[in-house]
Amino acid sequence: MSIFSYLKRRSNSTASVAKERLQIIISHERSQRNTPDYLPKLQEEILAVIAKYVPITRDRVTVNLERTGDSAVLELNVMMPDEVLEDI
Amino acid sequence: MAKIIVVTSGKGGVGKTTTSAAISSGLALQGHKTVVVDFDIGLRNLDIIMGCERRVVYDFINVINGEATLNQALIKDKRIPKLFILPASQTRDKDALNIEGVEKILNELSLEFDFIVCDSPAGIETGAMMAMYFADHAIIVTNPEVSSVRDSDRILGILASKTKRAVENNTPVQEHLLLTRYDPERVEKGEMLSVEDVKEILAIPLIGVIPESKSVLKASNTGTPVILDESSDAGIAYQDSIARFLGESRPMRFVNTERKSLLRRLFGKNREDVSA
Repeated sequence: MSIFSYLKRRSNSTASVAKERLQIIISHERSQRNTPDYLPKLQEEILAVIAKYVPITRDRVTVNLERTGDSAVLELNVMMPDEVLEDI
Repeated sequence: MAKIIVVTSGKGGVGKTTTSAAISSGLALQGHKTVVVDFDIGLRNLDIIMGCERRVVYDFINVINGEATLNQALIKDKRIPKLFILPASQTRDKDALNIEGVEKILNELSLEFDFIVCDSPAGIETGAMMAMYFADHAIIVTNPEVSSVRDSDRILGILASKTKRAVENNTPVQEHLLLTRYDPERVEKGEMLSVEDVKEILAIPLIGVIPESKSVLKASNTGTPVILDESSDAGIAYQDSIARFLGESRPMRFVNTERKSLLRRLFGKNREDVSA
């Protein structure tokens, strides 16, 4: 490969765009790969429990598992609807 | 005990069946008794690539259901003495495959053969999961193209978590990257991902690079595994890949562009035959 084509390839060839896009999406998908299968079900059940007490929609509950070193953090995020706050 | 090799990719049309035909033929040519099994239930095509489509009487599902014996369903290749084909069923639905049935047949084949090559269907449905479940080795067929590389990575994730070896905490399935439809000229122009790019992204050992070649279509037209075309670049690249699989180390061929003279550039025909 000549120096010229090497430089051309490095700058903004479509192949280097492809590589960059792949690296980003694959690292994202790999990080999700190791999440346990029960997470979606856990989210459903937590949502069902909260819905018993306050009116809430699906998108207001998120469950995340993050691994850092040798520990894992289960993060549960519930966005309460405005009406609930007004009642208090 | 036979070694079980799954040829898989996730994405369709990347060359799984061509590769299954070539790899199984190559192993048999090297003296290993080999059977190649089509797992693409409902869309069988290995038979037509291998040139034995008119000799199919019984299939994989017939054997699972006890309607035929394995020996009735196995088709002996007419060109290569130690090669056999087990065709997929063309009619029934793919739920006809189940772990117990597949295991029973693989165990039976295992007694007689050195290698069992499983030709996986595209996707990640039952057929694909069954094809990889019992594998010792996986050949990941990948094109230097974004959707194929992404799907291959997805398949690597499944191999590492859903196969028998993964479930039982045994040594993992050995993964081998086979890059197909490679065009060094487009790579040099920056129009195609290079071998190094794909290796870096997928991070598994490379077993071979098969160049984009007219000989692949010519071989499938006549139902001849491309590896039997000893004058073709793709055939030679497959032979090299098998040698590497069997432990030999060979330099990669067809990954760099040939230096062409001005005349050949102007009047040259498309590369398909190489004088080896």
